[in-house]
Amino acid sequence: MTITFASEEIIQTIEMVKNENLDIRTITMGISLLDCSDDNLLKLEQKIYNKITRSAEHLVEVGEQLEKSFGIPIINKRVSVTPVALAAAHLDSEGMVRLAKVLDSAARSVGVNFIGGFSALVQKGFTKGDLALIEAIPQALAETDYVCSSVNIGSTKAGINMDAVLKMGEIILSCANLTAAKDGLAAAKLVVFCNAPEDNPFMAGAFHGPGEPECSLNVGVSGPGVVASVVRQNPGADFGELASLIKRTAFKITRMGELMGRTASAALNIPFGIVDLSLAPTPVVGDSVAEILEHMGLERCGTHGTTAALALLNDAVKKGGAMASSHVGGLSGAFIPVSEDAGMIRALEAGALTLDKLEAMTCVCSVGLDMIAIPGDVSAYTIAGIIADEAAIGMINKKTTAVRLIPAPGKKAGDRVEFGGLLGGAPVIGTNNFSSRAFVSRGGRIPAPITSLSN
Amino acid sequence: MEILKARTSRVIITVLGKDQLGIIAWVSGRLAEQNVNILDISQTIVQEFFTMIMIVDLATSSLEVAELAAALSSEGRLRGLQVSVQHEDVFAYMHRI
Repeated sequence: MTITFASEEIIQTIEMVKNENLDIRTITMGISLLDCSDDNLLKLEQKIYNKITRSAEHLVEVGEQLEKSFGIPIINKRVSVTPVALAAAHLDSEGMVRLAKVLDSAARSVGVNFIGGFSALVQKGFTKGDLALIEAIPQALAETDYVCSSVNIGSTKAGINMDAVLKMGEIILSCANLTAAKDGLAAAKLVVFCNAPEDNPFMAGAFHGPGEPECSLNVGVSGPGVVASVVRQNPGADFGELASLIKRTAFKITRMGELMGRTASAALNIPFGIVDLSLAPTPVVGDSVAEILEHMGLERCGTHGTTAALALLNDAVKKGGAMASSHVGGLSGAFIPVSEDAGMIRALEAGALTLDKLEAMTCVCSVGLDMIAIPGDVSAYTIAGIIADEAAIGMINKKTTAVRLIPAPGKKAGDRVEFGGLLGGAPVIGTNNFSSRAFVSRGGRIPAPITSLSN
Repeated sequence: MEILKARTSRVIITVLGKDQLGIIAWVSGRLAEQNVNILDISQTIVQEFFTMIMIVDLATSSLEVAELAAALSSEGRLRGLQVSVQHEDVFAYMHRI
């Protein structure tokens, strides 16, 4: 019997967990609801509740057991389901709200901290079920604790459904207004996507896509702190070296996701889906994507050079991670949620980071304009304009983009909002004062782009 | 959690902290009480900072990794030591292709 690991390797792993916040951000169980349909609403509710609570009965227990055995924290255990607009397409808005409450109580019963899939896919147009679900979103999110919602309004293949974009501008606003006492919290649980992935384990955008199996387990890794520490320790490295260091680190982080995912899916006896290679920050100092960029040599995140730094980071994370896992999917890239990242907040407060720069950054990273508080008196047209811009970036660049804006009722640019926990808090950013109304009100679809002649 | 038992039963214990009398005696004593076999051990002291790495086998013990981790880390904390107990697979996955 020989020691098969060098002491340095063992110490490095311990350091990553204890000092650099290495963790598995989430294990998310995807559950299909397609076999639950029933004309009788009561029976439908019962079937959905039973299916979720039966399938995810041991999810939290297995997650906790793995944390203890491997000594690596799993921060969140979550469930995603088939987009409700597909699973219950015959319901009206009232019925949809009732289903949201069923999802909420199922989530509470199995002990997960979020359940995603109160969703609709409307990139090409609305079904009756899609419309009913979208109308139900504000009430559903305001009256539940755990439910997360997402709506896909565009794709590279279908173009952008601008009717849906305008609708979502209104819905985001009414989500915020219904939860005005909590700084518009309901809007923090709603994501508008272009090119939404079907197997994303991260909230609020997780849903179990129609192409997914009966049940699957997807893992979201994290570890901005680990990458930040490697970058900080190598101030003299040139870009080739820097990319290589990040790749190696991403490999190690992702291997943990692979190990956890494989072990958990075997323990739960459900197929292993994907590892999502994302650098997901938390409000904890040292667990920030902005800090990585600053360690690369930028005085503050948001200054000139930030987009290039982020492009390098995002690509290196994917290259390192792709080799570490047999199946990579989801959103895979660096996240830049503003309120959840201490470095982003600092950059905003210093005036280094603006909404426009954030939009530019989303061209080269996953996912989009995420967790950004905007003034409460913003119009639905302005929100729709922001969504349209972001969706256009996703559509043209064949990537996932998303918008999760929180209009903070009664607050104006420079004020602060607090959502608490993982969602964090942030200063409110002002939007452009000129109107987008006539543009976003035209209606119809922006046609799908040509994918050759790319310039 | 049969799936975890079915894997190898080797676990890596690391102890970090200020050097003091009887660290190894304490850890190995606790392990012997629980029928845990020590396979390998290495120890270094760098500027009064104590680092010990121990590979043990839980096959002969009724103890689960999680229980061992909880016991050693809480006792370690009282002595001012940071004790980690992790399944071997963590290191195999991270450092070996």
